[in-house]
Amino acid sequence: MIHQYELNGYKIVIDPCSGAVHLFDDTAYDIVSLIKTAPLSPDCPEYIINELSSKYSADSIKEAYGDIYALFIEGTLFSKDDYEEFAEMLGPAPIKSMCLNVAHDCNLKCEYCFAAQGDFGMEKGLMPFEVAKSAIDFLIKHSGGRRNLELDFFGGEPLMNFDVVRKTVEYARSIEKQHNKNFRFTLTTNGLLLNDEIIDYLNKEMYNLVLSIDGRKEVNDKLRPTCVGSGSYDIIVPKYQKLVRQRGDGQYYVRGTFTRHNIDFTDDIIHLADDLGFDQLSLEPVVTTEETEYGLRESDLPAINAEYERLAKEMLKRELSGNSFNFFHFMLDLEQGPCAIKRLRGCSCGNEYIAVTPNGDIYPCHQFVGQDEWKMGNVLEGTLDYDKKRYFSKTHIYCKDECKNCWARFYCSGGCNANNYESLGSVLKPNRLSCELEKKRLECAIMIKVALATQD
Amino acid sequence: MKHIKTINKANLKKSTEKGGCGECQASCQSACKTSCTVANQDCERK
Repeated sequence: MIHQYELNGYKIVIDPCSGAVHLFDDTAYDIVSLIKTAPLSPDCPEYIINELSSKYSADSIKEAYGDIYALFIEGTLFSKDDYEEFAEMLGPAPIKSMCLNVAHDCNLKCEYCFAAQGDFGMEKGLMPFEVAKSAIDFLIKHSGGRRNLELDFFGGEPLMNFDVVRKTVEYARSIEKQHNKNFRFTLTTNGLLLNDEIIDYLNKEMYNLVLSIDGRKEVNDKLRPTCVGSGSYDIIVPKYQKLVRQRGDGQYYVRGTFTRHNIDFTDDIIHLADDLGFDQLSLEPVVTTEETEYGLRESDLPAINAEYERLAKEMLKRELSGNSFNFFHFMLDLEQGPCAIKRLRGCSCGNEYIAVTPNGDIYPCHQFVGQDEWKMGNVLEGTLDYDKKRYFSKTHIYCKDECKNCWARFYCSGGCNANNYESLGSVLKPNRLSCELEKKRLECAIMIKVALATQD
Repeated sequence: MKHIKTINKANLKKSTEKGGCGECQASCQSACKTSCTVANQDCERK
């Protein structure tokens, strides 16, 4: 299979199974649209010449077909999907990533919060240090030969339990060498509790920081109010600016959510970049149902797609003028991204990645937290449901009917399992709206790569 | 080639030869947390 599309004047053809990306001229693009399946014949079929004879000369059609055939022989067009044998070999792997929900409480009342304002629909509470300590021990114990271990302090708002964050880091650092491990800590915060001391600490200890803000003041404050109902923008912006200024080259993302209220989200991204001075940006579609006032609907797709195109063109313009910023969802390393095996099952939640609640309960990921049927153990008790782990280890793109023939399967790896379950009641049934947005983002990201590669 | 410019040569099949070490970042640990994209992750072996 191939995927062909036209964007910003570029006629792009992707060969999903090899990862190759090509820029076609009009003739070759029209020809390839008429080729249904491989293998290709060495000579241009008559039906193609007949179909296109009113637009191009026979010689030109034959010549362009020859180029297409050469790529087919080379294995960079209509290449076969040879990865299913690897998928069949996939099984339980060491746990190497943990989302540690140190606070099931929050000092913001964001309307769209998938964590139900921080408590995930459960009892509010902060994680005691002994639970965090057991979580570190659990992670090391189940990490096998993996050296790099990721621990994300999450919530709720993790800075509401900063003392435990600090003690947990200290504890993990104190034992990592003896176990031949390397901890990479990250923290996701709403910024309200940042102060000079905490900023210094986070910049020193955190491998990555995720700073939540939705963009323009009116957009942010509409859905991210404080507990007393006032906006959070004016409180967090100077703190984020200070943190980023002092962070140097350290990794961070200013991360927001867009909803039906701001489908013109390019303006939010530009505000974060130009007015506030951030250059590592992420803005994601809200996770909710269509029933909510702010939830995205399928009928919004044309407008959202147009907005992603607007953003891509703006980013391209800035790349060419040396004034660029990074947008997480347009990041794509065509040369050296993750290996094909990683791409078969994506986030690997419930298998390599787990989330832990303040009382030590284990869930497949932060988005499954609070759903009893998905609870898979407890770090204090040292229990782990190996059946659930095995289930997730075998949840790959070939198990998902909508994915196995999708051109984007090796870029998105089957989508978000929790999102799938939430929307259609099955981990194996991808949410259509999420899929369409993902595909559009990929098309935009690849267009930027193509445009940059073809500049004189 | 006159009609086609290849922007990126195939590399996915080659990646299986040394792939699957499992050391790379879980995608949800970077910046997303809500929407999965895997192809933007770095390979630890590059």
